[in-house]
Amino acid sequence: MSYINPKLDLVRRSASSDPEPALAPGDQVAKLIDISKCIGCKACQVACMEWNELRQEPEENVGVYDNPADLNPDTWTLMRFTEYENTAEDRLEWLIRKDGCMHCTDPGCLKACPAPGAIVQYSNGIVDFNSEACIGCGYCVKGCPFNIPRISKADNKAYKCTLCSDRVAEGMGPACAKACPTKAITFGSKADMVTLAAERVEDLKERGYARAGLYDPPGVNGTHVMYVLHHADQPSLYAGLPDNPRISPIVETWKGVTKYAGLLAIGAAAAVGLGHYFMAGPNEVSDHDEDAARKLKEGRDV
Amino acid sequence: MSDKTYVKRYSALARANHWVTAISLVLLAISGMALFHPSLYFLSGLFGGGANAREFHPWIGLVLAISFLGLFFRFWRLNLWERTDNVWLSRLRSVLAGREEDLPEIGKYNAGQKMVFWFMSILIVVLFLSGVVLWDDSHEWLAANLGLSFTIEQSRIAVLVHAIAAVIAIVVWIVHVYAAIWVKGTLSAMIRGKVTGGWGWRHHRRWLREEFGKGAKGTPPAE
Repeated sequence: MSYINPKLDLVRRSASSDPEPALAPGDQVAKLIDISKCIGCKACQVACMEWNELRQEPEENVGVYDNPADLNPDTWTLMRFTEYENTAEDRLEWLIRKDGCMHCTDPGCLKACPAPGAIVQYSNGIVDFNSEACIGCGYCVKGCPFNIPRISKADNKAYKCTLCSDRVAEGMGPACAKACPTKAITFGSKADMVTLAAERVEDLKERGYARAGLYDPPGVNGTHVMYVLHHADQPSLYAGLPDNPRISPIVETWKGVTKYAGLLAIGAAAAVGLGHYFMAGPNEVSDHDEDAARKLKEGRDV
Repeated sequence: MSDKTYVKRYSALARANHWVTAISLVLLAISGMALFHPSLYFLSGLFGGGANAREFHPWIGLVLAISFLGLFFRFWRLNLWERTDNVWLSRLRSVLAGREEDLPEIGKYNAGQKMVFWFMSILIVVLFLSGVVLWDDSHEWLAANLGLSFTIEQSRIAVLVHAIAAVIAIVVWIVHVYAAIWVKGTLSAMIRGKVTGGWGWRHHRRWLREEFGKGAKGTPPAE
């Protein structure tokens, strides 16, 4: 995707030992998705397809509104519909969540990626995949706490929402936000979005949603896509949005201690071998050994 | 200078089997390490880039698994643990110093070789099984033919297990290769299939007695 050449600074690069400067709070952007305002029209999905030139093949209708059934290499954002029987208040709620990359401040995909520069994080917080460097190993899928990246069978590259980094670099908001007819999706600086969310949460609380709140999970140091939820105490109601997302400890172990201890063990084994050779010298067969063998063969006593 | 006697140690088929395994193991280690640590990513250049290394690695793994199975069935019986192996291990200091006169007479394999054999056998099973979980391209086939599918959480465990098992396998491989270099005259067993009688006398005396004993009776030497 060489046409994406954002006027943005990189702060992190996968599989690289470059220093990682902290994101400057002033530069950070965020998309706020207010689930209480969403009407499930899928204009955001269409706008995403349009802007990014993605055309998913039509699938079988399985009797639910989710279309397609899941995120895929050509569907970077997806409305997920959940029918929630709220027994406490005796009503049926239709929860509609726009799923897609959350643009974590601490991105698990980037941490897991073995290909230098295939995943980058810009100084504004956007996490982007660079297809030219991607090798299609699927490690990002294992690193992601939100189950977002998908590997294309066509070109073996990983795909996900770019937060329209190309548009953002030119001072525009993401396509989905632009298309949303109810302003359920808004885009701006992270600080502004947090303020806006606070207003929305207050409003929702006044209207009877006592547990309304902002979803900006601290387990991944916050995200650059945030939700306003009516049931912020139970994010998993919304089609399995993780309650406490964090990079899996297994991934942290793999990419942390295992990586360093592994190299150390291999290096140490080689060094011990070399050291032993110099200390003990080669283990050589002597003429005496050959004599003894010959006598053995000839059946003489040795 | 005395005339050397020679003893056959490996058939041509056994050697071919070994070298297919050896070459695939080295290729697997190189392509695997390229994806293991960013500082080794350049190794993927040997395969024509990271995408190729990723693509080839599991296929080479399949070759290794099948090839090693051949070695396993060829040699497992000779690698069964014996009482003398405990003695050998308890005198590791003499082993490392090359004082083999302190050690009991050894059959075809000593305890160190047997440990390499069994370690590799277990590690290759672990690497193969965890590798299948990571081999995305195989999943469609596995789902259609074996009804197997894997969750992301399972793949996280698999990737960690695969990395740890690979590191141990590489360390075992270093021990194996080092021993072959340190103990002079060993490489010819895997290259030409035979060793000198003196080598057998020094390192595997019980095996040598059996081989020479067999030769006297006119029976062909076994593996």
